[in-house]
Order: sequence, then C-alpha cells, then structure tokens
Amino acid sequence: MTNNTLLDALQVQLGSKIITSEVLYDTLVIEISPAEAFGVIELLKNDADLSFNFLTLIGAVHYPEEKGRELCVVYHMHSWKNAIRLRIKCYLSQENPSIKSLTPLFDGANWQERETFDFFGVNFEGHPNMTRILNMDEMDYHPMLKQYHLEDGTREDKDDRFFGR
Amino acid sequence: MMEQTDNLIKLSNGQVLSKETIDGDIATINFGPTHPATHGIFQNILTVDGEKILTSVQTVGYIHRAFEKLAERRPYNQITPITDRLNYCSSPINNLGWHMTVEKLLQVEVPKRVQYMRVIIMELARIADHLICDSIIGVDTGALTSFFYPFSEREKIYELYEEMCGARLTTNIGRIGGFDKDFTPVFHQKLKEFLKTFPKAFEEWNGMLERNRIFMDRTKGAGPISAERALAYGFTGPNLRAAGVDYDVRVMHPYSSYEDFDFTIPVGVNGDTYDRFMVRQEEIRQSLRIIHQAYNNLPEGPFHADIPEFFLPEKKDVYNNMEALIYHFKIVMGESDVPVGEVFHSVEGGNGELGYYLISDGGRAPYRLQFRRPCFIYYQAYPEMISGANISDAVITLSSINVIAGELDA
Repeated sequence: MTNNTLLDALQVQLGSKIITSEVLYDTLVIEISPAEAFGVIELLKNDADLSFNFLTLIGAVHYPEEKGRELCVVYHMHSWKNAIRLRIKCYLSQENPSIKSLTPLFDGANWQERETFDFFGVNFEGHPNMTRILNMDEMDYHPMLKQYHLEDGTREDKDDRFFGR
Repeated sequence: MMEQTDNLIKLSNGQVLSKETIDGDIATINFGPTHPATHGIFQNILTVDGEKILTSVQTVGYIHRAFEKLAERRPYNQITPITDRLNYCSSPINNLGWHMTVEKLLQVEVPKRVQYMRVIIMELARIADHLICDSIIGVDTGALTSFFYPFSEREKIYELYEEMCGARLTTNIGRIGGFDKDFTPVFHQKLKEFLKTFPKAFEEWNGMLERNRIFMDRTKGAGPISAERALAYGFTGPNLRAAGVDYDVRVMHPYSSYEDFDFTIPVGVNGDTYDRFMVRQEEIRQSLRIIHQAYNNLPEGPFHADIPEFFLPEKKDVYNNMEALIYHFKIVMGESDVPVGEVFHSVEGGNGELGYYLISDGGRAPYRLQFRRPCFIYYQAYPEMISGANISDAVITLSSINVIAGELDA
C-alpha cells in the first residue's frame, strides 16, 4: 500500500472528517478535529483492511504563535498488515487543551498520555490516572511549552548574541 | 498504601480483596529505587501477601534529564551525545539512528559502504546489549559466573568502538553523513579476531544456561505476557518476539541496506523470561551472521556522504582552503542550513523500536524532537506481568525485559 492508496481508502472511510492531508517525506499526515480523534483511531484500528493495529507514539508540539490551535497532539499509527505508517494530528487551544484518552483502545497509551500531560498540560479525558510521570508532583508548570526557556534568561556569563541565538 | 475494614482490604490500585483470600499477612515492600537487584534506578512499591505479589506501583523519572527540551537548543550534530545516554547498553544504535533521521530530513543518500559499516557497528552493539541483559538474568537466578564469562567478549566489542570513536560507553560514534574515518587497520584486525573467537566463547557461555535445569526451572513461566497483551502495551523488540510476534523494524521498514542481508527473526511462544532469554541468544547468532555478510561484502567507496555543510572537512583543508574553513566554522558553530520539515524514523534498538520524531522549522536546533523510547512504553506492563508471582520472579522479570533507566527516564 502506498501513501496515495492509503489516502484514497481513508477518504472513503472518513470523508469530511479529514481536515487536511499531506505527505511529509515518507509518511501521510492527516489532521482531524480533537472531538473525532478517538472514533477515527478506533475505526482505523478495527477496520479489517486498514488495520492500524499498533500505536507507535503519542506526543505533542507547542505552536504559541497559532492562536486557538496552540497545542498539537500527534498520534503515530502503524499498520503492520500493510507495512505503512500514518500520523494523525489534532490541534487544541491553550485555554482548553482537552482530548479523549486512547487508554480504552491501547493500554500502552497510558504512560505516553501522562508524559504528554506532564510536559504540555494536555488533559486526556477518561484517563485512569492523569498525573505527572517524569517530573515531580510539586511542579506547577508544564516545562516543554515554548514560554519556558531552557536556561535562565538573566544570566550574563553566557552571552552568545554574536551568533544570532 | 491500603485501607482495611473489618473484612475487606482495599489495595492501592483500587482492587478490593476479602480477608479470607489472604494466606499470610499483607505487607508493603519498597523494591528499589536503589536496590541491588533492580540494576538501575527503578522503584516498585509492592503489596505482598506473604511471598506473593498482589499489586505493584511504579515510580519513574528519578534520572530525568530533559533531553527533549535540551535538544530544542542544540545544533543537530550536538544532539548525538544526548542519544548516547538513552539506552547506554547499545549507544551506537542510538547515535546512528539519529544520524539517519537527520539524513532523511536533509534527503541525503549515504554511500553503500557507510550503510554496511553502520550495519556492522549496530549489530556489534546489539550483541553487546543482549550479552549484558542475558548475563544479568543469570545473576538474578544465582549464577554469578554467567555474568563474568561474557565480560571479556563484551570488552572486545568495546575495544572496537574505542578504535572507531575513542569512547567505550557513551560512544558518539559516526557523523551526520557517515563516519569520521574509515575502518582502521587495527579495527579490521580486531574485528576478524572477534569474529573468529566469539562464536566459541558464546556457545560455551550459552551452554552454562540454556539447558541448565536450575536456570530453566527459575525462568520458565516467570513473568509471562501473551502476544495480545504485549501488542496492547506497545511492546517491540525481543520482548514482543518472545511472545510470538515476528515484528522487526529491520525487516518491515529496512534502513541502512538491511534488505541485502539474509537473517531470521527468532520468536518465542510463551513470552516468559526463558523465551526472552532464548530469543536474545538467537538474535546474537543472527547478528553475527549479518556482520559476516556485511564485512565480507563491504563495498569500496567513500566513508561519508558528500555534504560539506554537515560533514567536517579534513583539518589540512581547513588551513589551506577557504571553502573548507567556512564549512568548518559553520558546522562547529551550528550554523548549517536545515530544511523545514518533519520526519519520523525508527530503528531496531537493543530493546525495541527506537524512534525519532523530528520537526524542523529551519532553525539551528530542532523545533521539536521526540524520542520513541521502547522501554518507557513497555515497562508499564510490568505490574501485570508480576501480579501473582513471587518476589524472586519479579526480580528476574525486571532484568529480562531489559529496562534501561537512561532510556526510561530520558
């Protein structure tokens, strides 16, 4: 199966649920609305032909410039039957970063969603234990958001503005 | 950890047990974070009924070092040392997987010789990784000798790394586009020596464990997981293959010319500790086969791709040639231009599918880099695997699933 035939098959199955689609390097990337995400992934998993049986990775990306869609949750799906990958993106707003948890479909989603919550503050509805995982529980911010810089901005001993950083 | 009422006991995971079903006294045991049997910083708070484990609550993150945040400030070639510190039992696989990810973003085709050299290094790393993991199962079943036997062989692999990159554990091996140098005469000599002596030493060590009655009694049926559950938990690598699923990234999405080599994917049946051990032992033999094929058919040609923006020029050119000096400066200062784009690339790591999700906005550092760390994903199945088992089985299950603290906590 190639990315083009996969896209055709997805369009038959999902129709207008696909907001945008593009092929980035070797992988088909589709955007769907957060409200549809759970249903779409369940359908892709259970469909006998597409058979996206394996959840490779869940992650998030922060785009502070894009108002109303600052957080992007990325699902990397893999169909072993067709040996093809698919990336599903859902954009959430910073005010209400909430999306349905995939834990009923994949037990492996549990810690990956906790990690995404820990670093980006995305709330996965229906998750059995939506708590921090790698950082300490007392932490009061989500450190992978772009407004938190890696190094202390007030330091003067590391001035490397000559190199455009 | 638990609340008790007159006749019922509520466990930390919400499960309620009647007191009649309890044989002994319920106790809470802190297994880890720095327990000699955990081989890393892992904490498991076990609720036990006598010797039997009822539940386990895991704590992870003790050595979290914010790799993904660090990567957002570093130029691409300075991210390689971060990848060393993920699965440090097989760092070359992590390094070369990262180089391949960047090459995919740059759309660079590396020469055939580089691909074969990479295969040799990665399979050596896989052997070293499996040697450690399998010998530690021996230690945890009480056979310390089996830990020391393969040490001399692992030492030979580390000497090979050392010859190629100067380091042994955190290797930072290779460069974006290839290697910093071709295989040296000493490397050739040491590799030939290794290929000659290793099979005999390996079979001798294997003979100590494989059909050993005590070892088999201890490991058979310990910490089993079914194929269905393993898939639900996102298992990959030898742990998944031990449960009977023949998924291997090297076969499904061949990278670095793996399609040129003839090798088989061993699978287990029960997904228990013994099967995981046996799958790894067979993978060591298959890795040797791959190394033989790659080494005997090593193509002639350059040892790096022609990408002056990313591959450091020779030092004598830097002194005598203007372009080389400019490129040298740009690479060292991290000012090489990178295209805008996003790629996902994964390689078969020592303990599973190791993935890199890289988003570039054209800046000097990645906009976002996420690692798919295989053991972070499958370690969450551990409480289910040891539920109902003895504490001693929990120890060998933990060592047999090859959880590496550096990779778990990123």
